[in-house]
Amino acid sequence: MTAAIECRALVKRYPDIVAVDGLDLVVHTGECLAVLGPNGAGKTTTVEMIEGLTAATSGEIRVFGVAWGASAAGDRQIRSSIGVALQETRFQERLTVSETIELFASFFGESRPTAELVALVGLEAKQSGRVGKLSGGQLQRLALACALVGKPRLVCLDEPTTGLDPQSRRQIWDIVSRFKADGGTVLLTTHYMEEAAQLADRVAIMNRGKIIALDTPAALVASLAAEDIVDFTSDRPFTNERLLTLPGVSGATADGLKYRLQVKAVADTLPALFAAASESGVHIVTLGTHQATLEDVFVHHTGRGLQD
Amino acid sequence: MTRKSPLLQLVHARVLVFLREPATLFWVFLFPVILALVLGMAFRDRPPEPPRIGVVTGIASSATLHDIYAKSARVHLAEAPAEELQRKLDKGAIDVIVGLDEAGAATYHFDPQRAEARLARLVVDEELQRHYGRADPVTISERTEMPRGARYIDFLLPGLIAMNLMGSALWGVGYGMVAERSKKLMRRFATTPLSRTQFIASYIISRLAFLALEVAFLIGFGALVFDVEVQGNVGLLMLVALLGVMCFTGFAVLCASRTASVEVVSGFVNALTLPMWLLSGTFFSYERFPEVLQPIIRVLPLTALNDALRAITNDGAGVAAIAPQLAILAGWGTVTFVIGVRLFRWK
Repeated sequence: MTAAIECRALVKRYPDIVAVDGLDLVVHTGECLAVLGPNGAGKTTTVEMIEGLTAATSGEIRVFGVAWGASAAGDRQIRSSIGVALQETRFQERLTVSETIELFASFFGESRPTAELVALVGLEAKQSGRVGKLSGGQLQRLALACALVGKPRLVCLDEPTTGLDPQSRRQIWDIVSRFKADGGTVLLTTHYMEEAAQLADRVAIMNRGKIIALDTPAALVASLAAEDIVDFTSDRPFTNERLLTLPGVSGATADGLKYRLQVKAVADTLPALFAAASESGVHIVTLGTHQATLEDVFVHHTGRGLQD
Repeated sequence: MTRKSPLLQLVHARVLVFLREPATLFWVFLFPVILALVLGMAFRDRPPEPPRIGVVTGIASSATLHDIYAKSARVHLAEAPAEELQRKLDKGAIDVIVGLDEAGAATYHFDPQRAEARLARLVVDEELQRHYGRADPVTISERTEMPRGARYIDFLLPGLIAMNLMGSALWGVGYGMVAERSKKLMRRFATTPLSRTQFIASYIISRLAFLALEVAFLIGFGALVFDVEVQGNVGLLMLVALLGVMCFTGFAVLCASRTASVEVVSGFVNALTLPMWLLSGTFFSYERFPEVLQPIIRVLPLTALNDALRAITNDGAGVAAIAPQLAILAGWGTVTFVIGVRLFRWK
């Protein structure tokens, strides 16, 4: 089966910055791939090249086997098969929800009935209301309806839930999950690791124009060789060597008097940590633990947080 | 489910947006009517004011001159001391001061730079000479009926129609396009199979949809309120208006082809429209500009549209008479449109 998206040695160079720096990526048909990374990592540039909005400096992109830019008919075929929600689109405020969906529907040879889409994105109560009166979450659901109207095989969603409240975010996730359950392919960018964990079959971690890790969320977390993370602060310094000798510790980082340990099991490590502290007369001031997440994977690879 | 074509659906959406925008409706329909009302009132045809003449009081000739001019309907007499009359003359409040010495010789004191003053001098002189017995050797008969379409409002209304067509084409298409680009809505359209031609055509067609309404509205207003009559063929008038809109749409597409901010495109549109409002004879005849400017003024698209609309409305001109203007409009429209479409970018 042909891949939904194939990027080979993709480069986008701007006068002042290399936004995408030799990217190889395959998105399989029927999967959801999330590109996770901080602002400025090159996520949006990558997605816009895949959508045909931005021309690549070099490299090749194929969508369902058709290369961008090979022929006008090919480009048109790609556009017909992709549904898009850009990071920021302000729809015409003086049209209603239904009118907006019908407008987008007319651009595609085949389209889904407006009523069906309105119901899918839960905007029944607003369908005759002006777009200008919608809330942020409702606008994003309208954007999703417009992305799905042309019966696409692939949808590209650029940070679909940025700035939304948790409930709106969950509604968007439900809609995307349903599209995927019907066999659709999803390419998603996000800087919420929770979103990636929720929706994605595979996660690509992107930083400075490159993909630095690509796997299923579970495998990425497992690659840390740690189940849990222990964060603590102390009143006097510990040495890293001392921390690494504690049972079950696979990694330790320090930032002043703030420490982070990657551990196999909290229950084995904590008693030993307190013992070591009282032995050397150090007080542990604060302490917290959590299960290792994609965020920890990101910090492990880049040394900085997703929200930074 | 059957859908309209993308072009029709876009035109439909644009018409809806236009109708739902109260400000646009004001500028397109009410503004020209208000202008026509105000200017039509201000410059409506009144019998000309008689010349205002001054006669100095309290001297020997005062009574004689009073007898000559006070009963004449052709002048408006002001009698005052010499200093006061001089002040009024300097301000232009009177046109000429008449003096008469003991020997019976008259003096006319006036500003020869002012046409009204020169006219006043002629009237004053005629009255004086006739009073002292001049007989006119030639018999005169006057014909004073003027052809239709010679009033100021007849001149103004086609100009307002042209101005309106230019404004609505440039603002409607130019501003609208740039607004969609700055909202990133254009980028969103660009990811769909919608073609660039369909996108641009939708603007033009939605503008043309209002053309007939705009023109009919102004013509109807002129006929009802000011009794302005279209002497020529109304169908031809509409065709010329159509060509005018298409021409200015070309300029609009050019202005908006790559502009990303509404402020910049507003600047472009103002830079185009304001000079043409003045130069192309919207409010007064461009013949008043210096001879060297005439060739430039005549090739401006708004001049061509003004001239063609006026020729049809006021002189009942046919196609042949306005062929040069039509060629100018078609030329500008084609050139700007072709360049604009070539330069056009979705983002």
